[in-house]
Amino acid sequence: MFDLSGKTALVTGASGGIGSAIAKALHDQGAVVGLSGTRVEALEKVAAELGGDRVHVLPANLSDADAPADLVKRADEAMGQLDILVNNAGLTRDNLAMRLKDEDWDTVLAVNLTASFRLSKACLRGMMKRRWGRIIGITSVVGTTGNAGQTNYAASKAGLIGMSKSLAQEVASRGITVNCVAPGFIATAMTDVLSDDIKENLLSSIPCAKLGSPEDIAASVAYLSSNEAAYVTGQTLHVNGGMAMI
Amino acid sequence: MSNDVADRVKKIVVEHLGVEEAKVVESASFIDDLGADSLDTVELVMAFEEEFGCEIPDDAAEKIVTVQNAVDFISENV
Ligand SMILES: NC(=O)c1ccc[n+]([C@@H]2O[C@H](COP(=O)([O-])OP(=O)(O)OC[C@H]3O[C@@H](n4cnc5c(N)ncnc54)[C@H](OP(=O)(O)O)[C@@H]3O)[C@@H](O)[C@H]2O)c1
Repeated sequence: MFDLSGKTALVTGASGGIGSAIAKALHDQGAVVGLSGTRVEALEKVAAELGGDRVHVLPANLSDADAPADLVKRADEAMGQLDILVNNAGLTRDNLAMRLKDEDWDTVLAVNLTASFRLSKACLRGMMKRRWGRIIGITSVVGTTGNAGQTNYAASKAGLIGMSKSLAQEVASRGITVNCVAPGFIATAMTDVLSDDIKENLLSSIPCAKLGSPEDIAASVAYLSSNEAAYVTGQTLHVNGGMAMI
Repeated sequence: MSNDVADRVKKIVVEHLGVEEAKVVESASFIDDLGADSLDTVELVMAFEEEFGCEIPDDAAEKIVTVQNAVDFISENV
């Protein structure tokens, strides 16, 4: 099940905790993977761990407006075509709304939402022609529930869900599915920065009583990428240990 | 030349929309007469681009609503 042999996948944010696990899961299922992020060294390290010739390092800074189209072009050249796009790159610039700078709003929306749209748009042509495609956005539980201190981030993640549902309706008849995976709290660099107090508090609100692992997210992405998930589109799969049941 | 363009355009339309050749006349509108939906028109433009090795910008693509529009654009720009 979930065999991805012969498929190619581009994973953004592959230098990060969740993205590298996603790349590994897709690679393990047989896909050729393109790893993107800004830190070339970190990407090379992930590539070395995967090993073999089914892996390509494709650096890009997604806060540049032209980067998405250029990245898809390079991914096409490196891998021959692009079947699976995982929009996983994301960042936070947390602050109370009253203190949030315009710049922090713009940066978060640009990378988390706008770049995801542009990447999706750029890979549609090939997917439409081949009548097969998977576009998966890594959103967040807070995109649905909201979270104090994260107006910008939550808006970007909610936006990703709305964008995915709309795009899913446009392209479903062409064999392309568009879905989201919404992690709860996952142990990565992004959540390392939280204080122990906050973490403890969090755990008490998670029925599974622990943080999730990047592999928990990666397994969901592997499923949504597969042929077996062909009839699932416009959905958001919440992987959060039960902290929000939506 | 223009006849040749028209024939190639019609062939693509027949193949892509699965309509009878006789229906694909110059004045036929992809959506109103040939049963295309808006995504079909996007794909038709993609197919024209490939067949004629040209790029059809979005604002021009929006104006290609009939077979004749496509033939005219391609004849003038390729
Ligand atoms: N960890 C969680 O609990 C959690 C919960 C919900 C949702 N998420 C979402 O999961 C995704 C992955 O997060 P993570 O936890 O793995 O965080 P992470 O380890 O900080 O990874 C973030 C990734 O995004 C990339 N990125 C950031 N800004 C970029 C830019 N301007 N251009 C290109 N790439 C950029 C980073 O690449 P470089 O470092 O190479 O720049 C990095 O690979 C994010 O979308 C995040 O919002 C995480």
